[in-house]
Amino acid sequence: MDEKTLRVVTRAALEPLPGLLRDRGFTVVGPTIREAAIVYDEIESLADLPIGWTDEQGPGGYRLRRRSDEALFGYNVGPHSWKGRFHPSDVLLFQAQRNGRDVEFTAPPTESPPVALFGARACDLAAVAIQDRVFLGSASIDPIYATRRRGAFVVAVHCTQAGGTCFCESMRTGPRATRGFDLALTELLGAGEHRFLVENASERGAEIADRLASRPASSEDLAAARAGVERARTSMGRKLDTDGIRDLLYRHAESEVWDAVAHRCLSCTNCTMVCPTCFCTTVEDVSDLSREHAERRRLWDSCFTLGFTHLGSGSVRTSTSSRYRHWITHKLASWHDQFGSSGCVGCGRCITWCPVGIDITEEVGRLREAEGSRAP
Amino acid sequence: MPRLPKLAVWKFTSCDGCQLSLLDCEDELLALAGSVRIAHFLEASSAQTRGPYDLSLVEGSITTPADRERIQHVRRISRRLVTIGACATAGGIQALRNFADVEEFARAVYASPEIISTLERSTAIGDHVPVDFELRGCPVDKAQLFEVIRAFLAGRPPAVSAHSVCVECKRNGTVCVMVARGTPCLGPITHAGCGALCPRYARGCYGCFGPMETPNTTSLAAEWERRGVPRRDVLRVLRTFNAAAEPFRRESERHVD
Repeated sequence: MDEKTLRVVTRAALEPLPGLLRDRGFTVVGPTIREAAIVYDEIESLADLPIGWTDEQGPGGYRLRRRSDEALFGYNVGPHSWKGRFHPSDVLLFQAQRNGRDVEFTAPPTESPPVALFGARACDLAAVAIQDRVFLGSASIDPIYATRRRGAFVVAVHCTQAGGTCFCESMRTGPRATRGFDLALTELLGAGEHRFLVENASERGAEIADRLASRPASSEDLAAARAGVERARTSMGRKLDTDGIRDLLYRHAESEVWDAVAHRCLSCTNCTMVCPTCFCTTVEDVSDLSREHAERRRLWDSCFTLGFTHLGSGSVRTSTSSRYRHWITHKLASWHDQFGSSGCVGCGRCITWCPVGIDITEEVGRLREAEGSRAP
Repeated sequence: MPRLPKLAVWKFTSCDGCQLSLLDCEDELLALAGSVRIAHFLEASSAQTRGPYDLSLVEGSITTPADRERIQHVRRISRRLVTIGACATAGGIQALRNFADVEEFARAVYASPEIISTLERSTAIGDHVPVDFELRGCPVDKAQLFEVIRAFLAGRPPAVSAHSVCVECKRNGTVCVMVARGTPCLGPITHAGCGALCPRYARGCYGCFGPMETPNTTSLAAEWERRGVPRRDVLRVLRTFNAAAEPFRRESERHVD
């Protein structure tokens, strides 16, 4: 970031931003309040943002709370991630029609209007980068993901506060977004002026930023922005010690920790469904009554279901302990071998949205304790 | 013209709601009538065609000596037998008798209890005869019911998953009512199939579809209690339409004072 090019836009002057994106053909998706939470959905204007709201998050708990100010981005990530935009939870793969002795296959149209992610946080952009590697990074490119992902515009927001289940600092993915965006905003509320430090990282980002009334950032603006991100960095609700974590997990293929967590784990799949990097799917084939027409759909699946490992002789991972072990080992260990990074971005969703509040950072802590107690 | 497969629909002890789900298929009923011969379906027509039948849908539980005899006959004349609904797959709401004295109930309800011939327990069809597939729900979901019929006619497994309701909430983008509102929800231990209807309307799941494939009832019940739900209410919510489904029955017994 070259601080000399940074501009400051007032709250009032930011108003045109969603419209500028829409004018350029983007479907603008951002945080908005629905069903007692801050979800991602299409937004028309800044008025659709959760203005003056924040969230309180802890293991198994999430509550909206009023703020004492009118901040646009004064909260952390909610139950949705951007995953659903690029990797839909339910999508038609093909239809088949019998015509006499032939079968005709038709794939649905894959065009999708480009999307603008409005208010993407650092952890979630790290997750998008991971899913890019999963879906686009090998010889077998996923066409559904590729079509939806192509040309996406990203307005990032650097976090200036951390939530109760956040640990991006531990995973080195935030709270400041460092890549994967066209524009980045830092919301500044102090010094009697509600304003945003605007950073552009692409030509199209610059083109849009130029259309917002702005002034050069002062040294006070820059200091306030740095202080905000620093405040987030030092107030993470959770910590995960990642030192040697890959081998730690591999050393604990057998551990009483898995049996203990299985007493609490519901195998309900919520952790995997809210995880912004979990990508597993199943397919469902259905035929009609005439047996002349069939279709195949792709649906989000989870390594916590029995069907996930169902083979001819039945399910391979029949115990909850084996399913939890598989999930956390893939996420924190074998993901490194498979995709070259951790599968965890420290967003904390799996902690908040677990109905019984199982905490991935605590479970890693238990493995370390178990190892410590066994050490000579 | 090829012979159409013969479909039969049978009623045992039940409220008829699951059969009504089939009649409720409306537009698709015509397609069904063109693909199968509806040979026995008294809820729809008194006209009957003799068996054997290619596919029998069985609604209701076994609560009388006559039921117990008749299900053997239905099984014998059915090539494939699919149970539909909570009564047929788990004993239904009438299985509440299993936790009490049925004679006492009969005395309380009927003017002449001595003419009532009933069994001590309400039991699932699968406790009496082999069942090819059990479709859950109180009532069943009509889309799933149609899927089961299509699948059996095609000789393929039905696309009916046994995972939790949570999967449906998440695929729908529905926000978790338990986490975001503190509403007690049976979704994590309940079999999917309804499309997560109640959470979509900001209510907790009532467990109409019975236990999911690997229900950790003890952990969820403990979590409910931790969140302030009285033990008695945990007992009651587990004893509704699927009270006699083994995981719900076992957990409910732990909450009897």
